[in-house]
Amino acid sequence: MAKIWVDDKWYEVGADQSLLEACLELGFDLPYFCWHPALGSVGACRQCAVKQYRDEKDTRGRLVMSCMTPASEGARISIKDADAASFRAGVVEGLMQNHPHDCPVCDEGGECHLQDMTVMTGHNYRQTTYPKRTFRNQNLGPLINHEMNRCIQCYRCVRYYREYAGGRDLDAFASRNQVFFGRHQEGTLQNEFAGNLVEICPTGVFTDKTLKKHYTRKWDLQMAPSVCVHCGLGCNTTAAERYGSLRRILNRYNGHVNGYFLCDRGRFGYEFVRGEQRIKQTLARQDGKLKPLPKAKAIEQLGRVLPGNQKVIGIGSPRASLEANFALRTLVGPERFFSGMSDQGSHLVSLMEEILRQGPARTPSLSEIEISDAVLVLGEDVTNVAPRIALALRQSVRQQPMEFTDKLKIPRWLDHAVREAIQDVKGPLFIAAPSATRLDDAATATYRAAPDDLARLGFAIAHALDPQAPDVPDLAAGARSLAEQIAAALKSAKRPLVISGPSSSSAAVIEAAANVARGLAKAGQAVGLAFTMPEANSLGANLMGGGDLSAAFKAVEEGRADTVIILENDLYLKAPAAAVDRFLDAARHVIAIDYLSTPTVAKSELALPAGAFAESDGTLVSSEGRAQRFFQAYIPKDDIQQSWRWLIEMMRAAGRSEAESWSTLDDVIAALAQGISALAKITEAAPSAKFRKLGEKIARAPNRYSGRTSMLANINVSEPKPPDDPDSALAFSMEGYQEHPPPSLTPFFWAPGWNSIQSLNKFQSEIKGPLRGGDPGVRLIEPPETANGSFFSSVPKPFAARPEEWLLVPLYHIFGSEELSRQAPAVAELAPKPYLAVNSEDAAHLQVQAGDQIEVNLAGTAHRLPVAIHPDLPKGIAGFPAGVVSLEGTGLLAWSKLSRL
Amino acid sequence: MEKVLTKDLQPGGMPLDLKGYEKAGGYQGLRKALKMTPKEVVEVIKNSGLRGRGGAGFPTGMKWSFVPTGKDAPHPKYLCANADEMEPGTFKDRLLMESTPHQLIEGMIVAAYAIEADVAYIFLRGEYIVAAERLRKALAEAYENNCLGKNILGSGYNLDMHLHLSGGRYMCGEETGLLNALEGKRANPRTKPPFPQTSGLFGKPTIVQNVETLCNIHHIVNNGPDWFKGLSKSDDGGTKIYGASGKVKRPGLWELPMGTTIREILEEHAGGMKEGLKFRGLLPGGASTDFLVEEHLDVKMDFNEVQKAGSRMGTGTMVVLDDRTCPVGMVHNLEHFFAQESCGWCTPCWSGLSWAEKMLKGLEEGQGQESDLDRLAFVCRFAAPGNTFCALAPGAVEPLQSALKYFREDFERHVREKRCPWR
Ligand SMILES: Cc1cc2nc3c(=O)[nH]c(=O)nc-3n(C[C@H](O)[C@H](O)[C@H](O)COP(=O)(O)O)c2cc1C
Ligand code: SF4
Ligand code: SF4
Ligand code: SF4
Ligand code: FES
Repeated sequence: MAKIWVDDKWYEVGADQSLLEACLELGFDLPYFCWHPALGSVGACRQCAVKQYRDEKDTRGRLVMSCMTPASEGARISIKDADAASFRAGVVEGLMQNHPHDCPVCDEGGECHLQDMTVMTGHNYRQTTYPKRTFRNQNLGPLINHEMNRCIQCYRCVRYYREYAGGRDLDAFASRNQVFFGRHQEGTLQNEFAGNLVEICPTGVFTDKTLKKHYTRKWDLQMAPSVCVHCGLGCNTTAAERYGSLRRILNRYNGHVNGYFLCDRGRFGYEFVRGEQRIKQTLARQDGKLKPLPKAKAIEQLGRVLPGNQKVIGIGSPRASLEANFALRTLVGPERFFSGMSDQGSHLVSLMEEILRQGPARTPSLSEIEISDAVLVLGEDVTNVAPRIALALRQSVRQQPMEFTDKLKIPRWLDHAVREAIQDVKGPLFIAAPSATRLDDAATATYRAAPDDLARLGFAIAHALDPQAPDVPDLAAGARSLAEQIAAALKSAKRPLVISGPSSSSAAVIEAAANVARGLAKAGQAVGLAFTMPEANSLGANLMGGGDLSAAFKAVEEGRADTVIILENDLYLKAPAAAVDRFLDAARHVIAIDYLSTPTVAKSELALPAGAFAESDGTLVSSEGRAQRFFQAYIPKDDIQQSWRWLIEMMRAAGRSEAESWSTLDDVIAALAQGISALAKITEAAPSAKFRKLGEKIARAPNRYSGRTSMLANINVSEPKPPDDPDSALAFSMEGYQEHPPPSLTPFFWAPGWNSIQSLNKFQSEIKGPLRGGDPGVRLIEPPETANGSFFSSVPKPFAARPEEWLLVPLYHIFGSEELSRQAPAVAELAPKPYLAVNSEDAAHLQVQAGDQIEVNLAGTAHRLPVAIHPDLPKGIAGFPAGVVSLEGTGLLAWSKLSRL
Repeated sequence: MEKVLTKDLQPGGMPLDLKGYEKAGGYQGLRKALKMTPKEVVEVIKNSGLRGRGGAGFPTGMKWSFVPTGKDAPHPKYLCANADEMEPGTFKDRLLMESTPHQLIEGMIVAAYAIEADVAYIFLRGEYIVAAERLRKALAEAYENNCLGKNILGSGYNLDMHLHLSGGRYMCGEETGLLNALEGKRANPRTKPPFPQTSGLFGKPTIVQNVETLCNIHHIVNNGPDWFKGLSKSDDGGTKIYGASGKVKRPGLWELPMGTTIREILEEHAGGMKEGLKFRGLLPGGASTDFLVEEHLDVKMDFNEVQKAGSRMGTGTMVVLDDRTCPVGMVHNLEHFFAQESCGWCTPCWSGLSWAEKMLKGLEEGQGQESDLDRLAFVCRFAAPGNTFCALAPGAVEPLQSALKYFREDFERHVREKRCPWR
C-alpha cells in the first residue's frame, strides 16, 4: 500500500501501480488512450497527464504522464490543475485534427472511448482549417471492418495483436501523423484473437464486421450475461439483441476466466443463432416429411406417446444446459437417461472428471493459467480446441523472464520497458501434439508424435520427476532427453502447469498428463492440471451421469426402449452413421429438441424448436469445473422456447408429478441441486429470480434504449407491456436497476461518462482484478488437499506405422471444428476445405500430391478427400479436419487403407 | 592552439591508413588503456569532465559508471557510436569519419574496453557512403592488425565491431530509437528508465555515444584529464568542432577550444556575412536549438553559457540567418523537416508539428490568420519538454518558439500582407 495525495486529499492505493491505475481505481475520471489494463503503459498518447509536485512546498509542479509514473509513497498530484486539464484538452484537439468526425455513421458511436474522452477533456471546436490526412482502408476478412481515417495513433491495436496475441500480420506502417495500422497487403487477419481489436481499439477503426450486417447502437441493444458455447472453457460473454434477433457477442469480463479477451470463434460464432438452419416451428412428420404443426397439436401428440410409456429413453447433450439435461433426466428417469456423449467422449470425460476430483492437482482457472511459469501441453492443439488457453499461454511464457525484469526494478506495468528488457526470451512451454500447432512459435520445444507416443513422452516425464512413476520401456533417446528437459523445467518452476485433454482420442495421454502432475504434486509443488473438454457442458453432462450412446443404442436394439427423446444433440457427430441410422430407424418414436435442423432432427417424428444460448437460461459447467449461469437476451419468437420448458411440458403431457411444482428456472435448479449432490452448489452461480436491487429487477437494456414505444407501432400504436421474466432477476426493459448489478447479473458495462467498454474499470474492485462482488461462477470440483493416490501404470507400446494403413487422427480448427459456430457464415468462410493430410514421405509412398483425390475406407464407408501435405505429421498418420469432414462419428483412432484415385 | 581531433587531417581529406595513423601516434591511447583496468579508464574520463557532443552534453564518464560491471553483469554488453548525424546544419561527424576513421575506431575500442563491452556498432547515417567505405576499410585494417577481434593486442580483451547503415530517419539518431532501429524495429524511442546503460540493445547494458565524443576518448587516456581540461576556454573540457552554415563568407568546420565565443567563430573563422547581407540571428547548435540574435554574439559556445542565453549549444554547428531570408520561410522549412521526421509515437509531436507545419505553410502562402500565431505558440507549449515522449519535439519547436519571440514582426507582416514579403 502507498499513501498518495490527489488534489490535496490523501488516499491509500495498492502498491506496484501507476498513478493512472491508482486514480482510476479510486474512481477518478482521468482520461487515457494508449494504456490498457491488460497491455500496461507505454506513454504514447499523452492523454493521462497530471501535475506532480515534489513535496508540500512545491507549488509549480510539472506535468507527468500518470500511466508512466509509479504511485509511490507520498506522491502528490493534481488532476484538476489548470495546466494539466488544458494539456489534456490539447491532446484531444491534437488527435481530432485529422479525425473525420463521422460519429453518426461510425459503428463505434455511442460506445466510443474517443467520444467519451473528448467530452471528458472539454475539447469542443476544431481550430484547424487545413486538410486532414486520409488513408485507404483494407478488407481484413469477414470478421473485422477497417476504417483507418478514424485512427488516433494510440498503438493499442498493434501492441495487442503483435505483442500480446502473437500475431504477425498487423503492423504500424509509415510515421509522423500518418501511421497506418493494417496489413502489409489486404487480406484476412490471421490471428485467432483478432476480434478483440474491436474492443481494444478505442475508436471506430476496427469494428465488428458481422455486427455491421445487422447493426445496432449499444444503447439500443437489449443485453444479457451469457456464456460462450463454442468450447469447454466457458468464457463469459454479453449477448445483445434488437428486434428479436441476436446482434452481437461482446466479451464480458470475468477476472478468473476470460479477463478482457475472447477468441474469434467465441465472438463471431453467434450467427448460427440467426441462421437458415434454425427450426422455428414445431415440426411433425407428415407423409414422410417434417412439416409445421401447431404447438398445441404437438403437445397433444406427446400426450398420446408419453403417458404410461415404459419404453422412453432420453439422450441428453454436452452442449445443453444442466437444467435442460436434468429436466430430461427427470422425465425419463435417471436409469433411462443417457449423457449424449459419444462412447469415447464419455469414457475420456469420465476419466478426466475422476482425475480432477481425486487429484493429484487442482485445475486452474484461465487467469491462473496465464501466470503459470512452466507449461507442458500434452496432446492438445489448444489454439484450435480451447482457444482462449492459447492466449493465456502466450502470457505465461513471460512469467519467468519477468522475474529478471523485477530485479532490474522495472515495474511490470511499464510494458515496453519490460518487453525491451526481455526481448525474445521465453519461459518454458513444451508442446507435444500430433502435428504443428499455432502456439509452437512460443514454445521452448515441440514434439510431434502419434497419440501413443505422446502418452509415452508424458509417462517418461513423470518417471523423470518421480522414479515411482512407471518407466517407459524402449523410449527413443531423443524422447528420453526431451522428457528429462521437460521434467527439469517443470520441477524448477514455481507454478508449473500440465494441460491435456481428449483431442488425441487417447486415455493414455490423459493418464500420462495426470502422472506428470502427480509427480510434481508429490514433490510438493503447486502444480495445476487443466483439461480441455469437447463441448461447452461436457463436464456438466458427465457430472449429471447417464450411460453412453452405445448403451442407448443397445436399449432400443434389445427392445427395452422404443421411444427416444433427443435433447440438443446431433447423434451423427457422435457415432457412426450406420449405427445411428439403425438406432433411429428401430425406435418407434423419435422426438428431437434442438435449435438447428441437424441430420438427427431430420430423422425425428417430432421436432421441437429450442432456444439457442441467447434465448435460454441455464447453467454450464466449464472445463475448470466452474458452473456459470447464462441468461436470455430476449424471448425467442415463433414456437421456439427453452429446452427445459419443452421438457416441463412433456412432463405434464406424460403426467409426471414433478411437473406440478416446476414452473421457473429456479424450480428446476432447486430440484437439480437437491437431486445431484455433485451439482448442489450451482444455486450459487447467480442470484435467483427473486433478487432485487433497490427493489427493482436489473434492466437488460440501457437507460437510453430508444424506440421502444414505436417498435411495434406498425402493428399496434399502443405499446405492449414488456414481457415478464419469471426465470431471472433481469427485466426485458430499460426500466429497472442500472448501475452496479451483481457480476453474474451484469448485462452490460456502462458508467456515467464512460459509454465504451472502458467503463469496466468502474466495475472492478481493482483494475484488472475481480469484479466488484466477486467474479461470476462457482467451482464444483476441488481435489483433496493431499493427493496420495497412485500413478497410472499402463504405458502404451510405441506407435508403429503400418505398411499400408494409416492411423486417422482428427486435426482441429478453430473455425470449422465446432458444430455450432461453423454454421455462422463468417466462421464458415474461414473454415478449411475438407482434406486428408499426410507427411511428404507418406505422400511420396502413396504417389499423391497435394490436391489429388484419395479414398479413405472406414466402417465400410468410403470417403473421398483431397490430399494435403503436412510435413510435420509423423509417418504413418493421416489427419483430417475435425468437424469439417464427418469421420469423427466413427470413433476412436481408426486405421484405414488409403488409396489413390 | 592545439588541435586534437583534426590534427591528422590530410590535405584533400583522404584518411591515413592504419600504418600512417599509427605513425602519427595512433593506437597509442588504446595500448595505454589496455594496460589499465576498465575502471581506471572510466575514472580518467570522469575526471576529464568530457561531456557528450551529440547535443545533450551529458557527462560521459558518469554515463559509463552506470553500466553494470563485474562477474554478474549481463553479457554481451554493447557500445554504439551514434553516427546518424541527421540534425539539419550539422556535418561535423562526417568530417571526422571521412578523414579520420581510425580515430573513431580507436576511441570506440577504448570506450568499449572501459565498459567491458563485447560488441560495438557504428550506426551510420545511410547517406554517408564515403564515410561508410572508409570506415569499412579501416575496420578491416583494425581486424587485420588485431586492434579488433579476439585477444586485442595481446591483452585478452575481445571486441567485435560492426558498421550498420541507417535506413534514414532523424529519429534513428535518438539514442533509444537507434537501439530499436538496430534491432530491426520501428525507430520509436524507448521508455526511460530503464536507461540503455542497464537495459539497452537486445535488452543488455549499452552505451550510445556521439562520434565526436568517442573520438576524444583515447586522447584523454593518452594525455590525461588535466591536459584535456586545459584545452578549453571554459568549464567544459576539451576542444569542440564548431561549424557554420548559411550565408556566411566561409561556411565550414573548425576545431577550437571549447568556449570560443560565437562572435569569434562567426567573424574570424566563418569570415562574417556575405557581402551585402546583414546578420539577423543564428541557431547555435543545429536546427533544434533556439535562435540567438545580435545581443548574444559574445556568448561563449559551451553547454552552460549558451543555455544561459536561452538556447542550447547542441551540436555546436550553427545555422546563420541573414536579413534577406524570410525567417518564417526558414522556420517553415525546418518544421517541415521535423514534422516529417516525427516518429508518430506521441500526440503533441506527430499532431502538433504537422499542424505547425501546415500553419507556417499557410502563412507563407498568404492564408495565415492573426490567431495562427497564438496557435503556433500553443504548439510550442504543447510540445514542451516532459510533454512528449522524447526530445525530438521539444527540440523541433525551439526554432519556432524563439522565432516567434525575435521575429514576431515578420510573422505579423505575413498575416497583414497576406503573402510572404520576401517573395
Ligand atoms: C531526435 C534526436 C536525434 C538525435 N540525433 C543524434 C545524432 O544524429 N547523433 C548523435 O550523436 N546524437 C543524436 N541525438 C542525441 C542522442 O539521443 C544521444 O543523446 C547522444 O547520441 C548521446 O551521445 P553523447 O553523450 O556522446 O552526446 C539525437 C537526439 C534526438 C532527440
Ligand atoms: S487503429 Fe485504433 S487501436 Fe490502432 S492506433 Fe488507431 S485508434 Fe489506436
Ligand atoms: S475460448 Fe472457447 S469459450 Fe472462450 S470464446 Fe473461444 S470458444 Fe468461447
Ligand atoms: S516526440 Fe514523440 S512522436 Fe516525436 S519523435 Fe519523440 S516520441 Fe516520436
Ligand atoms: S494513457 Fe498515458 S500516455 Fe497514453
